[in-house]
Amino acid sequence: MAGNYACAEGAIAAGCRFYAGYPITPSSEIAEHMSRRLPQVGGHYVQMEDEIGSIAAILGASNAGMKVMTATSGPGFSLMMENIGLGVITETPCVVVDVQRGGPSTGLPTLVGQADMMQVRWGSHGDYEVIAFAPNSVQEMFDLTVKAFNMAEKFRTPVFVMADQIIAHMTDRLVIPPPEDIEVVQRKKAMKQGPSFLPFDFSQDFPPMAIAGEGHHVNVDSLTHDERGYPSAKHDVSERMLEHLIGKIRNNLETIVQVEHYLTDDAKVVVIAYGSTSRSALHAVKEARRAGMKVGLLRLITPWPFPVREVERIGAKAKAVVVPEINYGQIEHPVREHVDCRVIGIHHAAGSLVPPDKIYAALEKL
Amino acid sequence: MTEVELVHGVEISVKHPRDELLRADRLPHIWCPGCGLGIVTKCLVEAIRRSDVPLDRHVVVSGIGCTSRLPGYLNLDTYHTTHGRAIPFATGLKIANPDLEVTVVAGDGDLFNIGGNHLIHAIRRNVDLNVFCVNNFNYGMTGGQFGATTPIGARTATTPYGNFEAPFNLPYIVAAAGAPFVARWTTLHVRQLLRVMRRAFQIQGLAFVEIISPCPPTFGELNNFEDGYAMMEYFRNYSRVDDHAELSTIGLSMKPPDPVVVGNFVDTRKPTYHELERELIERARN
Repeated sequence: MAGNYACAEGAIAAGCRFYAGYPITPSSEIAEHMSRRLPQVGGHYVQMEDEIGSIAAILGASNAGMKVMTATSGPGFSLMMENIGLGVITETPCVVVDVQRGGPSTGLPTLVGQADMMQVRWGSHGDYEVIAFAPNSVQEMFDLTVKAFNMAEKFRTPVFVMADQIIAHMTDRLVIPPPEDIEVVQRKKAMKQGPSFLPFDFSQDFPPMAIAGEGHHVNVDSLTHDERGYPSAKHDVSERMLEHLIGKIRNNLETIVQVEHYLTDDAKVVVIAYGSTSRSALHAVKEARRAGMKVGLLRLITPWPFPVREVERIGAKAKAVVVPEINYGQIEHPVREHVDCRVIGIHHAAGSLVPPDKIYAALEKL
Repeated sequence: MTEVELVHGVEISVKHPRDELLRADRLPHIWCPGCGLGIVTKCLVEAIRRSDVPLDRHVVVSGIGCTSRLPGYLNLDTYHTTHGRAIPFATGLKIANPDLEVTVVAGDGDLFNIGGNHLIHAIRRNVDLNVFCVNNFNYGMTGGQFGATTPIGARTATTPYGNFEAPFNLPYIVAAAGAPFVARWTTLHVRQLLRVMRRAFQIQGLAFVEIISPCPPTFGELNNFEDGYAMMEYFRNYSRVDDHAELSTIGLSMKPPDPVVVGNFVDTRKPTYHELERELIERARN
């Protein structure tokens, strides 16, 4: 099965019953598969007029109580930015899949890129934190999409699957476990309560969500708002709200951050990679080990929140880290922030996989 | 007997008859003296109170702007979203739960400038929404700049020499896109507004109502309407009720003696998105 189909199946397994999207290469197979599969399970496939409408529609549907998703690529992802902020401030769970292609602008529609890694973190205006996964296999397109839904529902926030064209179009064996073996988190919904009910209770990281039509008479607002959901321009309200939005992620890093180590224990040089590039990196590291070099690989499964502690640990031990990416150093940037050793970025923007040779050559020089 | 309280020696009632439907703790509202939005709020609250749909199932969605502040004063499930995106947000809500009675209240700028594409597509899909568009001929909240409804020649904060861009004729566009229900009234027509809102709740499909409203401190002041009352006078003197008007001819100049043609122009029945989608889901499951 190809990665994009695995992603769609993961969404359905996670309980997604509402998809709104706009076709865009190289993500379109997700929409196509959802248009076939969702009606079979009683779900809704809505093809919107653009990506702005798509993200707005999934936020609306999520507020009606559904698990929701959209999928896109760079140009559509740019269009979604404003309403990603709406999802953040209204604490509306949703999953956004970005199958990255080459850019900027229309760029390389059919070829791979990893150049939206900073946009996913900072692209919408204002302060916020995001949770983003970077799958590196067909299996992970399934597994991490399920996980993205679980995180979105638990944290009440948009969660991103930062795939790339290679992983999305790659065909590989996929194991879909029986439903009882798939961990699926259900949203904590508010029970009908009296006038003291605070739908945006900032004193809890994950207050239960008030669903439309269930009698809460909730005001969900894109304006800075207080615990009641009422708009406010008071300094202390703004601080309380933002501390809550940022804090609910920063206070729970240990349950979010995920990395994979390959031979990093004794490594003098560590490659830090994610997505399809981590496959090239693994190949290069294995070759280098065969040639007797003390090298390892740290794979970032969640590039955001950035795995600070894990990268700091590597930086304290290694004499150098190598960061190959299909961009001009986007994740290299936070790596530099958190290590004292030498950092070598491998910038590759050819619309192709980073050749393992290019990584190997860098390792050889160190 | 209404509960009363003495304030400065005057008896006032503690509760407004429609308090149940208002977030009284959010009042006073932000609107300017002479603005038509208070009238629209009153009509909407009354229409909702008299509707057959239970309060818990009424959902009101808005975008950004003066009009879009309206839902925030209603004691219902209300969604104040982003500029221009009330329609797709409401589309998602309604498709996800067709039992909700979803009303969009937003301004002309929200629905026809930044969000125009969403609106015509919601109409094309015939999503079962009530769309109440309050048209005040300019961007009020940002200080009165011109937009897609500003009449030719009108002065605004960004047309100091007069507007030369041709405005949209809202009922004409909406009818052309295929809306099964299209009406236009002004804030002078409170009975008709109440009636048309109640009718909109009954319509299966997208019901569109343009509500022409004064915007005294910006559009009004710069265009020979010295206050809200002056524009209401214009509505009173020059409104012409014509349910069968030829929609291509009812664009607005907002200059006497040009008429403001009002009425319930279109009232038809066509399959909704939700009805057709239900059929599709049945087919896919068998």
